[in-house]
Amino acid sequence: MENLLNIFVKSIFVENMIFAFFLGMCSYLAVSKSVKTAMGLGIAVIFVLVITVPLNFLVEKYLLKKGALIWLGESFADVDLSFLTFMIFIAFIAAMTQLVEMVVEKFSPALYNSLGIFLPLIAVNCAILGASLFMQEREYENVLEAGIFGLGSGIGWLLAIVGIAAIREKLKYSNVPDPLKGLGITFILTGLMAIAFMGFMGISL
Amino acid sequence: MSNQEKEPVFSAKNLKLLSEPLGRNNPITVQVLGICSALAVTVKLKPAIVMALSVMIVTGFSNLVIASLRKFIPDRIRIIVQLVVIATMVILVDQFLKAYVFDVSKQLSVFVGLIITNCIIMGRLEAFAMANKPWPSFLDGIGNGAGYGMILVIVAFFRELLGSGTLFGYPVLEKLGIYKTGYENNGMAILPPMALIIVGLIIWVQRSRDKSLIGK
Repeated sequence: MENLLNIFVKSIFVENMIFAFFLGMCSYLAVSKSVKTAMGLGIAVIFVLVITVPLNFLVEKYLLKKGALIWLGESFADVDLSFLTFMIFIAFIAAMTQLVEMVVEKFSPALYNSLGIFLPLIAVNCAILGASLFMQEREYENVLEAGIFGLGSGIGWLLAIVGIAAIREKLKYSNVPDPLKGLGITFILTGLMAIAFMGFMGISL
Repeated sequence: MSNQEKEPVFSAKNLKLLSEPLGRNNPITVQVLGICSALAVTVKLKPAIVMALSVMIVTGFSNLVIASLRKFIPDRIRIIVQLVVIATMVILVDQFLKAYVFDVSKQLSVFVGLIITNCIIMGRLEAFAMANKPWPSFLDGIGNGAGYGMILVIVAFFRELLGSGTLFGYPVLEKLGIYKTGYENNGMAILPPMALIIVGLIIWVQRSRDKSLIGK
C-alpha cells in the first residue's frame, strides 16, 4: 500500500511529466490559452493514460519481453520481441484512443462533446507514449502499480496545464515586451513553474 | 507538374526548403512543434547532437517514404500509415544507436522512442510530404530536422558550458583559468527548468531581430 502511495505522489509531483521530462509540451503550449479547454484536455489525458499504461504493461509482460511468449508452449521460451516495442505500443495507443472515443460517444454524449476534439489528438501526445516507455524502463511489478503510475502522471499533467492556462489568462492584462509575448513568456513561465516543482524533489513516503 | 521535373536537383526553391527551417520557419521557435522530446536531452552536447542527427534522419526518410507512397495511401487511414512508417524508421535508428553508441543510447533512454510522437515529423508529413514530390519532401524533412537540431545544440552548448564548465567533456573553463577568478559552475543550468528558460530567451532574441514574427 505504501509503495503504491509512493508511486502515486512521485508521479504527480516529483516526476511530473511536464516539469521534469517536458512530455506533452506541444499540446501543453497549444491548448493552454483558456482554463476550460485546458481542463478538458487534461481530463482526456488522464482517461487515456489510465487505460493505456496498464494495457501496455500486459502487452509487455505477455508478448514482448524475452521469454514472455512461454504461455504458447516451450518452444517459444527464447523468443524476444522487444525490438518491436515502439511499434506495438503506438499501435495500441492509437487503437485505444479510437476505442475510448467511441465508447465515450456512445455512453456519455455530454462528456464526448466537451472532450470531443481532444481525444483523437491524444494519440500523438508524447506524454502518453512517454508514460508507457517509462513504465517499461522502470519495471513496475504488477498491473496495479502501472495503473497507479498512469493515473498519477495524468493528474500531474492536468495540474501543469491548468496552472499555466490560469497564468496565461491573467497575463493578457500585463505589459510583456513585444518580442517575448505569447510563446517566449510561456516558456519562461514554465521554467519558473518547474523550479517551484523542484521543491518536491527527493520526497518519498 | 511536368516542368517541375526538369528542375535542377538543387534549385533555388529546393535550397529554400533546406534553409527556411533554420531561420524564419524554425520548427521549435516559430512552428512550436517537437518540443516534447527536445529539451530533456540537452544537458550535454554529445547526446544532443546524436538526438539531432537521429531526428534529421527520421524526418528526412519518413518524408521521402510517405511522399513516394502518397498516391496510394487512402485518406482515411493516413495517420496510422504515417505512424507505422515513422515507427519503422525510429526502430532502425534505435537499433543502430544501441549497436554503435551504447552509452549515448542509455543516456537518451526513452527519448529515442519518443521521436515517434515528435510533432515535427507528423506535422511535416501532413503539411508537406502528402502534397509534394519525394525529392523536395526529403529536403524539407532534412531542413526541418536540422532546424530542430540547431536549437537543441544551442541549448546544449549553453547548458554544458555554464553547468559543467565543459564542451564535449573537455574542461574548457578550467583550461582558460576562469575558475581562478572566483567563478563557479552554475548548478541550475543542468536542471530541467533552465532548458525552458534558454529556449524562451532564444525566442526573444529571434523575435526582436525579426519583427514580422511577433504575435505568431
